[in-house]
Amino acid sequence: MNDYRGIFADGLWRNNAVFAQMLALCPLMAVTSSATNGLGMGLATTAVLLAANVIISSLRHLIAQEVRIPVFILLIAALVTLADMVINAWLHELYKVLGLFIPLIVANCAVLGRAEAFASRQPVLASAADGLAMGLGLTLAMVVIGACREILGSATLFSQASLLLGDGFAFLETTLIQDYKGFLLMVLPPGGFLVLGFLLAGKRVLEQRRERVKSAAAGPVDSPAH
Amino acid sequence: MSASPLLAGAPHAHGGDSLQQLMGTVLLALAPATLYGVFLFGWPALNLLLVIVLTCLVGEALCLWLAGRSLRPALLDGSTLLTGVLLALSLPPWAPWWIGVIGGAFAVVVGKHIFGGVGQNLFNPAMLARIMLLVSFPVEMTTWLEPRPWFSGTTPSFLEGLHITFGGGLPMADGMTGATLLGHVRTGLGLSQPLGEILPGHYQPGLAALGWTGGSLGETSALLLLLGGLWLLWKRAIAWTIPVAMLGTVLVLASVFHWSDPERFVDPLLHLVSGSLLMGAFFIATDPVTSPLSRMGQIVFGAGCGALVYVIRTWGGYPEGVAFAVVLMNAATPLIDHYLRPRVYGRTWLGQPKPVSERARRAAAGRDSGSGPA
Repeated sequence: MNDYRGIFADGLWRNNAVFAQMLALCPLMAVTSSATNGLGMGLATTAVLLAANVIISSLRHLIAQEVRIPVFILLIAALVTLADMVINAWLHELYKVLGLFIPLIVANCAVLGRAEAFASRQPVLASAADGLAMGLGLTLAMVVIGACREILGSATLFSQASLLLGDGFAFLETTLIQDYKGFLLMVLPPGGFLVLGFLLAGKRVLEQRRERVKSAAAGPVDSPAH
Repeated sequence: MSASPLLAGAPHAHGGDSLQQLMGTVLLALAPATLYGVFLFGWPALNLLLVIVLTCLVGEALCLWLAGRSLRPALLDGSTLLTGVLLALSLPPWAPWWIGVIGGAFAVVVGKHIFGGVGQNLFNPAMLARIMLLVSFPVEMTTWLEPRPWFSGTTPSFLEGLHITFGGGLPMADGMTGATLLGHVRTGLGLSQPLGEILPGHYQPGLAALGWTGGSLGETSALLLLLGGLWLLWKRAIAWTIPVAMLGTVLVLASVFHWSDPERFVDPLLHLVSGSLLMGAFFIATDPVTSPLSRMGQIVFGAGCGALVYVIRTWGGYPEGVAFAVVLMNAATPLIDHYLRPRVYGRTWLGQPKPVSERARRAAAGRDSGSGPA
């Protein structure tokens, strides 16, 4: 399968790790209290996903079927440890925010899921594309959910973005309403569940509408009587 | 009306009451406490009540329209109205309009229609909204007001009332606000004062029972709530099980602890007349949609609510815990219904067929031999 368009469509929309597969929800709920946190977590996971997919795909003929899951986990854990140290060294402020959730990428079902479902059966290049696409899809979901919660919860957007991306990105930090009193529920984990639920419902509605348009464009179907 | 046919075994009998009649009865039972709350806290309380009820109705209509269902029956059955009134009665009377709008919308959209509308909700919508507001807006939700009844010269005029509800910012002078009784006790105990020093000057059992005290819009008057609740019992709109189990549990727990250390644990009567305990026991926990079906299940449910109320009030982070208690027990309702399901007609509690009596056997035998081919 060298259908890269399909791979990216899968990762970003059709088979999105969060919005379609409903994986990686634990870090999602815990971390996405702001768009910046979501972006940081998403990018860290993307890096791990990409590297894990490449390594596992290139070793796929060496790994015995019977012990593949422990091997995957071991490889992913090694990569996550690296990511953890890198973020601690160069993005220390973000590290303080994300804290425990970086090591927990090991247990992130999205990473193991892609290793098992894709990388262990596909060539290296396709696996790399899949890792990137899935990671970007995950990042997209985390940023969108983080942005919704941040806007509703504290009326800011990308606050503290300069801590993550460097001072050049300070322009991203916006305050939408000056003396906003705050909507605490949205910042707390229940807000994550609420926003995710409404976004999932929204995705369903969009897809149903698209389906209807498609079937209407395909011409009148002589449907049997209801 | 809510008894899900999946859980409650046949035979079913219709009581003859429509949902609309039941909701009307409950609203009527709440009317004295509501009117008293409006009398006690003036125009702003009435504004808040209207804002919430209107928001609930608009939210209901919007959800029904989105789901493609017909508007009239669901809008007129009174359940939305009751949700709105219950929510309003549990809020601080001078809360700004946006508290009402956010709370009302949350109750109807998230509390009710996400689960599929009337009769489908897992949690009590009004209490869900109250908890959401309390967690999200702690300042507005704990600004309590000393009573300033109509005709006493201290009530705000109609225009001032509009300003309080819609103008934002309470123009409150010192001495106008105060802690509720339970809040005051909580603060005092936190400073490790004995109750003997905390209560005098703040707690007069008679006034508290009448409702002449700061508190939520419709929850101050224990007497009127009790009256409404007893009327509901008399009309058989609610079963006795939940209120009795809930109030009894609180009374027993409070008595035992008060007896063990009167300086640390407040007396049972104070527990009974303050906060929203009576409101919760008669009007909120008894919601037939979110409470168990069988009598035994209802007793467990009520006792659980009562125990949680006492635990939260005494050791929890908030001075009052009725909303939390009811919603937590709502979550336990499916489990209670699973283990304490109503006995299936014609079977024992364990599900075995009931032994057939000798007389019934003879009657059946006689019918068999008399009629038709074997």
